[in-house]
Amino acid sequence: MITKSSVQINKEWDIVGARQMGRELAKDLGFGTVDQARIATAISELARNIYLYAEKGKIAYETVEDMNKKGLKIIASDQGPGINDLSKVMEDGFSTSGGLGAGLPGVKRLMDYFDVVSEPGKGTTITTIKWVR
Amino acid sequence: MPETLRRIVIENSDVISKNWLDDITEKRKSDYTSTISDSLYHTTNQEFINVIFSSINRQGDTGEMDDFAERLINLGWPLSYITDGLQTFRRVTIDFILSQSEQVDTEEFSRILSIVENWVEPIINQLVNQYSGSWEHTVSLQRMALQELSAPLIPVMDNITVMPLIGTIDTERAKLIMENLLEGVMKHNSEVVLIDITGVPVVDTMVAHHIIQAAEAVRLIGATCILVGIRPEIAQTIVNLGIDLSKFPTKSSLKKGFNTALKLTNREIVDLGNSKEEDITKIIDSIK
Repeated sequence: MITKSSVQINKEWDIVGARQMGRELAKDLGFGTVDQARIATAISELARNIYLYAEKGKIAYETVEDMNKKGLKIIASDQGPGINDLSKVMEDGFSTSGGLGAGLPGVKRLMDYFDVVSEPGKGTTITTIKWVR
Repeated sequence: MPETLRRIVIENSDVISKNWLDDITEKRKSDYTSTISDSLYHTTNQEFINVIFSSINRQGDTGEMDDFAERLINLGWPLSYITDGLQTFRRVTIDFILSQSEQVDTEEFSRILSIVENWVEPIINQLVNQYSGSWEHTVSLQRMALQELSAPLIPVMDNITVMPLIGTIDTERAKLIMENLLEGVMKHNSEVVLIDITGVPVVDTMVAHHIIQAAEAVRLIGATCILVGIRPEIAQTIVNLGIDLSKFPTKSSLKKGFNTALKLTNREIVDLGNSKEEDITKIIDSIK
C-alpha cells in the first residue's frame, strides 16, 4: 500500500496546511501523539525553509513499508537557490536568516532517516522517514 | 440583427425557459445542491430564468439581478450554480436560435454566438463580482476578528499578567504578541508575565525563536516571563530540536506557573474556608 499526496508551499499559511496533512497521515498510520508532534514539527521546519529561502516548493508524503515496519516518508523539494555548504547547515546554531539555526539538524533528530540533496542555483530536495514504533 | 434576435428570444422565452429548466434539473443529479429541498430549488430556478430574461429585455439594467444574487449569497448557494445556470442558458438559447433559422453559414453562426455572448457575459461578470466581493468582505472581517483574538493580555491580579496563546503562530502574529506583551507589561505595571502555549499545536524553531525574543524583551524592561502550558510531546520536540529555553522559567501548567508568579511577587493564596472551620471548632472546643 503506497499512498502519495502533496501540498504546494506558496505562502506562509500553506505551512499550516502541510503540517496538518502530515499529522492526519501520521495519525492514520498509527503514530503516537509524541511522534505526531515530531512529524508535524519537522514538516513545519521543512515547509518554513521552503517559504523563507525558495519561496515556492512542495511537500510530498508517501507511506513506505519495509520488511516488518511501516513509515511515513516526507519529501520537501524546491527549485530555490540551493544550499552552498551542506555541512554548515547541519551544524547547530548556523543560520543565514537570523533564526535559531536549529531547523535542519533538528529535523534530522526528530526523524529516523534524513537525506539532503542540493545543488546551488538549482534547488534542494530533502527526504525524511519516520518509522512507526 | 441583435434586436431581431432579442425579439425572437423574448417572444419564445417560454420554450427556452422550459428547455433550460429541463437541462438544469437533469444536471442537478450529479452535484452540489442535493441538500436543498426540491421546491426551493424549483422556485429559485424559476426566479433565476426570469431574472435572466428581464436582464436581456431591459438591456443591462441589473437592479433585479443584484437582489437575486444577494439572496443567493445569503442562503449560501454555490457560485457554480450561477455559472452553470448561465452556461446552460447560453447553450440552450443558441440551440434554439439555430433551430429556428433555416440555414446558417459560419459567419452568421459566429454573429449569433457573439450576440448571445454579449447578453450572458455582463450577467456572469456582475454575479461573479458580487460573489467574490462578498467573500472578500467576509475574509477581511474574519482576519480582523482573528487579529483581535491573536494576542490578548489578561491582568489577573496586581503585577501578574497572563497571555494565553491559542492556534498557529505566524510571523505577523508573532509581531503582535511581542508588541502587546511589552505594551501590556508597561500599562499594567506587571512584574511577572505568564505566556500560556497550551493551545499552540506546533512549536517549531520559528515559534520558539519568537517566544525567546519576547521573553528577552520582557526581561529588558524589568519583568519576568514564565512559559507555561508545555505539553509532554511539545517538551520532547523542543529537546529534539535542540532549542535552549533555559534563560527563563518554564512550567507544565498555568496553575504551577501562577504559583511561581505568586512566590516571585511575595504572595500566597490563603484558603479562608478551612481557617473559619478551624475557628469554629476552636470556639466549640472552648465552650465544652
